[in-house]
Amino acid sequence: MAEERRPKQCTVVLPTESMKAMAESIGVGQLQEESCAALSEEVSYRIKEIAQDALKFMHHGKRCKLTTSDIDYALKLKNVEPLYGFQSQEFIPFRFASGGGRELHFYEEKEVDLSDIINTPLPRVPLDVSLKAHWLSIEGVQPAIPENPPPAPKEQQKTESTEPLKAVKPGQEEEGSTQKGQGATSAEAKGKKDGLMRMKPRSTHELSVEQQLYYKEITEACVGSCEAKRAEALQSIATDPGLYQMLPRFSTFISEGVRVNVVQNNLALLIYLMRMVKALMDNPTLYLEKYLHELIPAVVTCIVSKQLCLRPDVDNHWALRDFAARLMAQSCKTFSTTTNNIQSRITKTFTKVYNNCWLDDKTQWTTRYGCIAGLSELGPDVIKTLILPRLTVEGARIKAVSDGPVVSNIDKIGADHVQNLLLKHCASVIAKACPLPDNVEQYRADYGYLGPMLCSHVVKARAQAALQAQQVNRTTLTITQPRPTLTVSQSGIGGSGGSRTPSIIKVPSSLTLMSTRPGTPTQPSPPATKYIVMATSSGSSSTQQVLWTAVLLGGIQKIALFVNP
Amino acid sequence: MAAVQDGQLNMEVEKDIKTEITNDGSGNINANSSSPGSTSSGGKSKSPAGSGEDQQTLLAVLQFLKRNKLTESVDILRREAGLSADADDSPVSDSAGAGSGGVPNVSADGGDANSLLSRVSIATPVAPPATAPPKGLVRSHSKVMPSGGEDQPDVNVVLSAYSQQGDPVLYPLYYNGLKKFIESVLDCHRAELSQVFYPLFVHMYLELVYNNHENEAKQFFEKFSGDQECYYEEDLRILSSMSKKEHMKGNETMLDFRTSKFVLRISRDSYQLLKRHLQERQNNQIWNIIQEHLYIDIFDGMPRSKSQIDAMSGSLAGEGKRDANKAKVFYGLLKEPEIEVPLDDEDEEAENEEGKPKKKKPKKDSMGSKSKKQDPNAPQQTRIPLPELKDSDKLDKIMNMKEATKKIRLSPDNLPSICFYSFLNAYQGLTAVDFTDDSSLIAGGFADSTVRVWSVTPKKLRRVKSAADLSNIDKESDDVLERIMDEKTASESKILYGHSGPVYGISFSPDRNYLLSSSEDGTVRLWSLQTFTCLVGYKGHNYPVWDTQFSPYGYYFISGGHDRVARLWATDHYQPLRMFAGHLADITCTLFHPNSNYVATGSADRTIRLWDVLTGNCVRILTGHKGPIHSLAFSPNGKFMASGATDGRVLLWDVGHGLMVGELKGHSDTIYALKFSRDGEILASGSMDNTVKLWDTLKAFDDVELDDFTAATGHIHLPENSQELLLGTYMTKSTPVIHLHFTRRNLLLAAGAYNP
Repeated sequence: MAEERRPKQCTVVLPTESMKAMAESIGVGQLQEESCAALSEEVSYRIKEIAQDALKFMHHGKRCKLTTSDIDYALKLKNVEPLYGFQSQEFIPFRFASGGGRELHFYEEKEVDLSDIINTPLPRVPLDVSLKAHWLSIEGVQPAIPENPPPAPKEQQKTESTEPLKAVKPGQEEEGSTQKGQGATSAEAKGKKDGLMRMKPRSTHELSVEQQLYYKEITEACVGSCEAKRAEALQSIATDPGLYQMLPRFSTFISEGVRVNVVQNNLALLIYLMRMVKALMDNPTLYLEKYLHELIPAVVTCIVSKQLCLRPDVDNHWALRDFAARLMAQSCKTFSTTTNNIQSRITKTFTKVYNNCWLDDKTQWTTRYGCIAGLSELGPDVIKTLILPRLTVEGARIKAVSDGPVVSNIDKIGADHVQNLLLKHCASVIAKACPLPDNVEQYRADYGYLGPMLCSHVVKARAQAALQAQQVNRTTLTITQPRPTLTVSQSGIGGSGGSRTPSIIKVPSSLTLMSTRPGTPTQPSPPATKYIVMATSSGSSSTQQVLWTAVLLGGIQKIALFVNP
Repeated sequence: MAAVQDGQLNMEVEKDIKTEITNDGSGNINANSSSPGSTSSGGKSKSPAGSGEDQQTLLAVLQFLKRNKLTESVDILRREAGLSADADDSPVSDSAGAGSGGVPNVSADGGDANSLLSRVSIATPVAPPATAPPKGLVRSHSKVMPSGGEDQPDVNVVLSAYSQQGDPVLYPLYYNGLKKFIESVLDCHRAELSQVFYPLFVHMYLELVYNNHENEAKQFFEKFSGDQECYYEEDLRILSSMSKKEHMKGNETMLDFRTSKFVLRISRDSYQLLKRHLQERQNNQIWNIIQEHLYIDIFDGMPRSKSQIDAMSGSLAGEGKRDANKAKVFYGLLKEPEIEVPLDDEDEEAENEEGKPKKKKPKKDSMGSKSKKQDPNAPQQTRIPLPELKDSDKLDKIMNMKEATKKIRLSPDNLPSICFYSFLNAYQGLTAVDFTDDSSLIAGGFADSTVRVWSVTPKKLRRVKSAADLSNIDKESDDVLERIMDEKTASESKILYGHSGPVYGISFSPDRNYLLSSSEDGTVRLWSLQTFTCLVGYKGHNYPVWDTQFSPYGYYFISGGHDRVARLWATDHYQPLRMFAGHLADITCTLFHPNSNYVATGSADRTIRLWDVLTGNCVRILTGHKGPIHSLAFSPNGKFMASGATDGRVLLWDVGHGLMVGELKGHSDTIYALKFSRDGEILASGSMDNTVKLWDTLKAFDDVELDDFTAATGHIHLPENSQELLLGTYMTKSTPVIHLHFTRRNLLLAAGAYNP
């Protein structure tokens, strides 16, 4: 056809084979090639004609999707009997088959046993049409209610945070100037209009009374004692589209909360706060990039802190570390860009600690566990390059603890956990990366003490992979799990790390993470000192050793990690 | 007389139907046998046809009737003419029969519509004998093209114009030659002359296809289709699928190209250039096409610029002729009947409802003499007969005025609040929505053929009790009107069953007693909102009816659909009063002018036409949209019109001058809803792209300066940046906006079906 060489337009002509197949299906055996060609052209033309008519029905039906009924009506328009039996609402499951050099698309009709239909309970009756009213706009301002789309679309939040100098969209700009809530947007826009001020003017985020009430209720519920209320509050944080303006408050709440509670070793509260972070991340209408400088330190603290609970022997702080590590990995995945480089900075942070732990035998197993967990969650590549080479050393260390004289039970438990963690994460990576067969001796040579165990884990992992090819990547898949839950029960921690057994040893050290002025890592700022003094339950608090200083997010805030041995 | 009570109307309709049955045959004959050449007037031609000529005419008529399946009429005619059953297969050519049948119908119908309307004006409550042609004839009529004499339904005749042909190989050469020439002319002429390309291309292609030069046609298409303006792409797609002569038969688009001349507006200088060039080159092929298929509207003065041309082009058959928009349009509003509004002691008055009618009665009588000055642009009050106001209407008007005093004055700094009514669980089935003027009821038309009515006030919907129950009521009691309502079945929503296809158009009557719905099944139905039953099914469109709309004064309504004919009806007549034929493709939306004297129709041929209800003439052809038009709105003062199309643009029109005065860009999908605020300061548009946008129309219309020259030549200068007119954009979550309505207090109501 003419349009065959016109790429813009549809160029479909039915193949002559289809004609033959159709002819055969109605009992015409031999159809000449010429007739086929003529037929296919004619049929294609008619199909196009009908499709064009069907489009009219789609437009008048106020839809953007063509349905089978539209085609029926178009046929009716041409005085042709409609096609019966194609009533599917969404799509028509054509199946493809080929054989004997021929290809065929057909509509699969399953045989249905009537008695099955009769005996199955009736499906729920679909709901009837109903009418619901909401305010789309009140005197020109769109209220932030669930019925409306989020006031600042995620895309806009993203561009705002990643490209702050880019012009705001004209429509948004106009709206922004009338909205007090979007003060930042309008102020920014105005600043640009003036052309005088390049600096971002200080934005005053005023919250309405309702929002203040909401903030109060939500934060109280999140850290309160009622689990049902908390679930509701978290649900609200994860779904409410109008939280954009409250985001700065929430992030400050979380970071301050972590800062206070880590020194008080209040494990439950830390878990609650991490769940808030999770909920915020889950909210599809929020883009957290702007607030990472507060959230990431808080999360990292929960991963690598030396002590997160009052009784490290009983309480399951491992679960919190796992959970926070997963959060960290998720935020790396979502927000890491070439400009902020979160992923690589976080990786560096963990490695540094890890390396230092390496050198220093005295480093707590808890911190070590956190680093390894944090790194492992970042994906198989990270595991391969950063953890696998260390397995031998680590194995030796674990061996020293488990085989050597019993120094302290707490170390033993820690070593145990680290071992399990390493085995869990490394096995799958090795299973993927290393060739068969799995030789125990080879493994021992490569990975030292952990070799044999690793080998059995790899074999297991391979078997599992064979079963479910998709599950190979499980370690990374956990990141995207819809909602890893973490709950605090009376006795300790259930949830993701529930299988671990608590032990009975006290760890006399703690690890805190706090903000301080750059350049004076050894000299923490006064409020921070207060917490540290409170935190150090034993040992010499004066000789704090700075392990590393991570500078996150363009020097807005510096984080220092202090350890008192 | 329009004050038809429900019961009465019901009875009348029944009567009408009966008369139709009895009159069907004779009516037919009347209409048909007054064909040219026939000396006898049909009904009386009882004597066997004497001369051969008469005989032939009769046979032609018979054949025509048979083809239209009017067997009853055939029988009657045959009996009366004394012809045997097989005689009518005698040698009368099809086309002769069709021709003699088709042409006079137009006149017969027109005359009939006039008589109907005049009868309406003298207010005869009795249904008239049906003298209009029954629907079989209407069907044949529906395909009639506007160009008068050419309206043979037989496509062969139409196509034969293409039979003359040149050497197919030379076509690309001709075209190329012209292309080179146009590219070489001065800039100021190039834009104008470039308009010739598209129609020329189409006709040359069709000529090639008609003469079975399939390959040459393909090559021609492939070579030059890329040069055409992008807004013709839809048509080109249809064209490209047509590669055989057989395809041309029955293809509507093809027929449109052939039967209507493509209208171009070209300045005299440019035209001279073109003419000279073609004559010098002896390029007869192209010259013939221009002569035969194009209508070149020549004007004196400056050639138009490219942007000016682009703004106006895009329709299926070129721009409207300038003459077509010359007729005077009385766009002013009718005087409101003066009803005294008790403003001062409003609250007291509201208590004793009885007081009001008494008060205004004497006032009304004197209204004619001392009313405010008549708007010079307004039509005469009695130009078309309008229904008299009932007491209930007057009460409603008072309510309206009271509410109007509480109306919020809108301005760019004071935007309206928008209340959105989402239809949940509609499963993509919502096809039409309407609000009553007082915003108390919402009606939705659905793809499952149902019509649902909701009450959005606490007042529930009640139906009148059944006849048996009614007889038990004490008719003397004061609250008889309350007592007749059935409280037991009162509910928030009612479902109206009756259509057999998706309901595409829906419209409340201004008095909230009736509801109109138009459907895929080809009917328009009138429902009573007192009994929640169907009163009348108006048949006439035999194809889907895309839209229907009540007149702002009630009684009349307009419908338009796939058959390209808009029909004007009165609720108490089962036959249309007017048929507005002229669109070249489906009529997609219809709207009454606020003064009820005019009707606007938007079409898939990408034009808007304005029709005079009194004369039935087309008084405006507005071109400029690049896609089928799906929404229309008149400004409350009747002076301006807005239209929205699938191309996502809103165009603003000056009705009086017939000119485009603005273009509002911003939507990214079909605009299904447009509405002016009650004072006309703000235009709201709703679209498939899930947004409601508000536009500053005061500014848009202020910027327009119309001098005589602009009006005469159509040299429009559109303001460059429509973004300045955009006052706000409001996204819904996932709900296309398919209807908008300003309440009397200027609150904006929007409606659509949530589409998860």
